[in-house]
Amino acid sequence: MIEVQNLTKRYGSKVALNDVSFTVNQGEILGFLGPNGAGKSTTMNILTGYLSSSSGAAKIGGKDILDDPMGAKSKIGYLPEQPPLYLDMTVSAYLNFVYDLKKCKLPRKAHLQEICDLVKISDVSHRLIKNLSKGYRQRVGLAQALVGNPDVLILDEPTVGLDPKQIIEIRNVIKKLGKKHTIILSSHILPEIQATCDRVVVINNGNIVADDTPDNLSQNLSHNARYTVRIQGPENEVRPIISSIQGMKKVDCLGEREPGVFEYLIESAEGSDVRNDLFKRLSERNWPLLGLQNSALNLEDIFLQLTKDNAAPPVLDKKAQKEARKQAEAILEEHETEEIEKIADEAAVDYTQQSAQEEQTGLAPEPQEQPKNDGGDE
Amino acid sequence: MLAIFRRELGSYFSSPIGYIFLAVYYLFSGYFFLGTTLVADTNSLSGVFQSLFTVLMFIVPLLTMRLMSEDKKLKTDQLLLTSPLNLSSLVYGKFFAALIVFLVGVAITPVYALIINIFAQPEWIVVIGNLVGLILLGAALISIGLFISSLTENQLIAAIGGFAIMMIFMLIDGLSSVIPIDIVKKIIDGISFSTRYGEFTTGIFNISSVLYFISVVVIFNFFTVRVLEKKRWS
Repeated sequence: MIEVQNLTKRYGSKVALNDVSFTVNQGEILGFLGPNGAGKSTTMNILTGYLSSSSGAAKIGGKDILDDPMGAKSKIGYLPEQPPLYLDMTVSAYLNFVYDLKKCKLPRKAHLQEICDLVKISDVSHRLIKNLSKGYRQRVGLAQALVGNPDVLILDEPTVGLDPKQIIEIRNVIKKLGKKHTIILSSHILPEIQATCDRVVVINNGNIVADDTPDNLSQNLSHNARYTVRIQGPENEVRPIISSIQGMKKVDCLGEREPGVFEYLIESAEGSDVRNDLFKRLSERNWPLLGLQNSALNLEDIFLQLTKDNAAPPVLDKKAQKEARKQAEAILEEHETEEIEKIADEAAVDYTQQSAQEEQTGLAPEPQEQPKNDGGDE
Repeated sequence: MLAIFRRELGSYFSSPIGYIFLAVYYLFSGYFFLGTTLVADTNSLSGVFQSLFTVLMFIVPLLTMRLMSEDKKLKTDQLLLTSPLNLSSLVYGKFFAALIVFLVGVAITPVYALIINIFAQPEWIVVIGNLVGLILLGAALISIGLFISSLTENQLIAAIGGFAIMMIFMLIDGLSSVIPIDIVKKIIDGISFSTRYGEFTTGIFNISSVLYFISVVVIFNFFTVRVLEKKRWS
């Protein structure tokens, strides 16, 4: 339905788009993802004939936007970044104007009513656009794109400025429209793309860096299993211990979530399961594991990874890894010696008392260790 | 073209601009009718038409300043330029909307002739010739204003720029008397609006002047189309 071949756009010496090619099939919803200034809007403006490309071709339904602009434009409904609204018109007058402008042949009243109902602006149809809120203006802009039932819808950040409820509504509208129309949708709201699109094109600095389904993208990029864990225990001790687990790649502390309870994002290397070891280590220390949740790489992480200038995989560097291991070993040793001493002391005491004491001191030794540890280093 | 025309015409009267234009036009043409015809005790309306030239220069930019610049500012040009509509129908739609508002203003002048008709027989042929001249002049000034408006997204700049260009077309024949070179003199007289419009007001109906004003309209509207076209390639 939409074919883009080797599209390049230069503004003077600045290259806004560099040799961009992709196709969108009939009935597909394509998500266009990229940071600000990546070239999303430029691509859309070229597709709709608002701008011309420096080289390359764009075809809408087999019609070239430069050779047959009338034919191509009549197949497109376009919602630009800023909805193109005449503020001095009422909503219904504006939609009637767009209807005339697009030389629409459908029954006027029924068609416009249908659109108004779809985007829920029927109740404001007699109001001046300048008096409408941002959310309503955005919807009128979407309604404008739908006039004439075009085959292709190009929506530049359609949900910007809407409240969460409206965002869900508009998303559902877009999904519904996607059954009949071919849609290109740009956004930097990532869950939106994940929720609505069949395919994602990630664009950065005018280049396409990825073109795949959201699921494939997250699979290809996340070789490592990632978990979010909640551990009750002091961060400065827990962290080195779990970092030293075999196959652990990365440990990030996400902060204290409850008093004394820290949340960590851990990432293990490909093919190794760290959950078993994690549980064992923590139970040895008597640090309760309060939560373990699998957190796969979401689109946000993919986006950041793909659009990073030097896309090196985030690995803990070797030096830091070594230090963490050393620290962990030191703590382990101390714990062991301590425990042996404790057991020896307690052996002198009555056997029944011992077991009770052990339970009590499960959390107690930690604050005592701290000064010892510091002293040892000096 | 009809859609654009209707929208622009509606927008003149949903904002104060259309009303201010007509009010100012009626005020000054009425004043000059009183001063140069009624008080001067003549049946000639030529004085009114001569004075209207200056008035038009001041108020035509009012009509044209927002025609193109507003679209740029509101980004509604993205709607217009991405809909199946060719650029010249866009430009002419806007041009004719401004022209119609102008004609509503001009429509007051035959009323003056009817008022004279009560006292004496006006020279109808001259009045009609004057009207044609006034309409042609207005159309030419509107197309110039439209062109200036397409160059900027600031209405104030469009108004002042339009006014300046129109002023040049009016004052340029003052230059011809001080330049001793014949060919330059001829060119300046040729493009001067006031010399050509002056002919109409003295009762001379010169076909070449008619063609001249029509050419100005076509050329400046063509320039406007080129400005829009160029924007795509920037």
